[in-house]
Amino acid sequence: MNLETIKSELEAAVPGCRLELVANPSPSGQHSLRIDAAHAVAVAVCLRDAPGLRFDLCSNVTGIDWPGKQTTEKVKLRKLVDGTQQEVEELRTTTTPGSLEVVYHLFSIEKKHGPIVLRMSTQDRDANAHLPSLTPVWRSAELQEREIFDLFGVVFDGHPDLRRLLMWDEFVDHPMRRDYVGPDDYEYEPTAHDEVLRRANQHLSEAAAKLPSEAVGNQQSETDGNRLSEGGGR
Amino acid sequence: MVGEGILKGLVETARNFFGSYVGKDRLTTVQYPEERLPQIEAARSFPFLVYDGPDWDKGMRCVACQICEKECPPKCILIKKSADKKPDAVGKPQFYPAVFNIDISVCMSCQICVEVCPFDAIKMDVDYDLSTDDRFGDLLLDKERLAKSNEYYNAIHPTEAAAVDAHFAEERAKAEAKAKAATEAKAAAEAKVAPAAQEQPVGGETQ
Amino acid sequence: MITDASPAAQPELEPLSETSEEQLLEIAMGPQHPSTHGVFRMNVVLDGEHVVRLKPVFGYLHRNHEKIAESETYLGSMPYTDRLDYMCPITNNWAYALAVEKLAGIQVPERAEYLRVIVGELTRLQNHACLIGFLMQDMGSSGTPLMYAFREREKILDLFESLTGARMMCNYMRFGGCRVDMPAGWLEQAQNVVREFPRFLDEYENLLVSNEILMERTQGVGVLSKELAINAGMSGPMARASGVNYDIRKVDKYSIYERFAFRVPLGAHGDVYDRYMIRFLEMRESLKILNEAMRDIPAGPIVDPKMRIRGFRPKPGEAYGRIESPKGELGFYLISNGSLNPYRYRVRPPSLINLTVLEDLCIGQNVADVVAILGSVDIVLGEVDR
Repeated sequence: MNLETIKSELEAAVPGCRLELVANPSPSGQHSLRIDAAHAVAVAVCLRDAPGLRFDLCSNVTGIDWPGKQTTEKVKLRKLVDGTQQEVEELRTTTTPGSLEVVYHLFSIEKKHGPIVLRMSTQDRDANAHLPSLTPVWRSAELQEREIFDLFGVVFDGHPDLRRLLMWDEFVDHPMRRDYVGPDDYEYEPTAHDEVLRRANQHLSEAAAKLPSEAVGNQQSETDGNRLSEGGGR
Repeated sequence: MVGEGILKGLVETARNFFGSYVGKDRLTTVQYPEERLPQIEAARSFPFLVYDGPDWDKGMRCVACQICEKECPPKCILIKKSADKKPDAVGKPQFYPAVFNIDISVCMSCQICVEVCPFDAIKMDVDYDLSTDDRFGDLLLDKERLAKSNEYYNAIHPTEAAAVDAHFAEERAKAEAKAKAATEAKAAAEAKVAPAAQEQPVGGETQ
Repeated sequence: MITDASPAAQPELEPLSETSEEQLLEIAMGPQHPSTHGVFRMNVVLDGEHVVRLKPVFGYLHRNHEKIAESETYLGSMPYTDRLDYMCPITNNWAYALAVEKLAGIQVPERAEYLRVIVGELTRLQNHACLIGFLMQDMGSSGTPLMYAFREREKILDLFESLTGARMMCNYMRFGGCRVDMPAGWLEQAQNVVREFPRFLDEYENLLVSNEILMERTQGVGVLSKELAINAGMSGPMARASGVNYDIRKVDKYSIYERFAFRVPLGAHGDVYDRYMIRFLEMRESLKILNEAMRDIPAGPIVDPKMRIRGFRPKPGEAYGRIESPKGELGFYLISNGSLNPYRYRVRPPSLINLTVLEDLCIGQNVADVVAILGSVDIVLGEVDR
């Protein structure tokens, strides 16, 4: 199936939908189709039911986190300085809000073709991280969208049962985000006592003393090295 | 007939029950630890460090390159490089690990350290009776407890060890040949220089 | 063209009695329950013996495998994939290797493909044998069938140990091939196991297939319709028992599966009995593949010679690779940004997605049947929770 023809077919069937081809430079050649949130359900239904397409199996649903970037660059500008045109260098900081992306891999059991890759992006990573749920179209997305809600924090509007899937209900953060900072392991040690409890308290006080930006985690080799030497020096 | 299927099943159970007195393949239980299955050559449990010769500290093949430390997926290896150098198996001066610890309560026996080691210094052991009453100390193996002789390695993985030994023998032969060639070349140069030195006052050919 | 967006629904079940909400009983089955195959919990609401609602609770074994993999090198994740579905580590390795090979465009030598098929199908044999044993155990035939299944599984695990060095955590595949070639005498040993295996299947069928108690317990229990099976993304034996003709070995023709003559068994009713029988039939088909593969395996290298173990960086891009694992469609979705570790690493777990319909299957059934239904789905919690 050619993605171009699918795109034109969808554009004819769903008036007003905005589709965009996303090229994939990898040898896998699995290019994808970006759809807009407003027409997502209509596009999905068309993909599922159109006789030539019949993508009846939504195999894989997953999220991707694209954090926002802050870039600072020097820009040369022509400005009026003291009444004359001069070239002035200025520092300009641009901040992109970042987004959360959801990817659907569709196959057809009836026609035995696929995959076609659908992508949807949220506007940002906080308040507007909303997307329409495709669970009413393919029920296989039910648990996977719950997982994305849990681990990435995308809110799926129209999902029948949107709860956390893998983390417990009281958990606050979204662990699969790139900027997630892991908790102090010892705090979550289920049976903390004696030595472990002593170290847990030590870790907590150390973490409190540190700057929040330097908080625990992410420096795997170092922390493990420490743990090893601690274990040895009993 | 109702019950026929159940009877058929019971006949099968009876055949297995009585068959276990005759056929070895129906009685598969091994009375561990009194009896043990023969050791499988490819088996792996946890890594150890190979040394050559009688002294474990001197003969250790590890040169503290820290590749295994970086590649280890659960990061269970800790290496601290020495400040000085000592000669390795081939005779080249190399660093050695001042500290080499493996936490086998973290290790997952994946063998990636063995695959990435360019010096054939770390290999997988086959020992699996490792239970201990000290959860932290006894499961953290230091350099001394990790060191096992090349003979031991040959005993547990004969095929693999033979290939490694052959490779080392070849390397050593090459190094020796090179050294010999170097000494010969040196001797030849000296031999050439000596007459030249004698002739120098006469002809001055060395210029 | 555009039709109703609602999913294909199960046939409506009549309310069993006029019980008021206060008379219902809510029970937590699990996480410590012998029938849940691990730490899995079902909050069951019962009206007498009948299930009114069932909510599965996940996450007791969650360790965020995907997050760990995103901080590991590509090769460093390989041993972790063993621990997803720990009953069949080799197919997990295979799916991951396949995804990376698609991502980086790596070719696999002929002999390695044959080795992969051989160990992959052996994995399928031992997984299905065990699953049937577990299912019997869950339904109360304590011990005997499970031990017979384990006896056969043991022979296959011995093969894995002498080939890969480990019985379960094999870590066998590498990008562009396999880690080690088979040792001397291994092929003969494997051929022996494959030759002996039909005897076990015959015995097992004698033991249980026509057993009246088993038929009473399984036939017509937990029926899954074909439409729902497709819409809810069922894969593997679970889908095929409902009559969905979809086997990725046939559809994608990945590896060298198109060279082998085998059939895809399909169920007609979609009940527990069909799901149970389909595994028997699949084992017989796997034996055909194994016989052919062991006969035809060529000599040659077992890994792409251009591949290096260290410093593997695929070019930026993404790939989704999937295989037919014994549990269903196991897929890996990888995004590379050109660095040493993947930017995004996603496992498509067949066990988790096959549980989507658990509530639909269980509503209206007896509470004792919930155990049989869950057993027939074939889950491994290492993969469900990741």
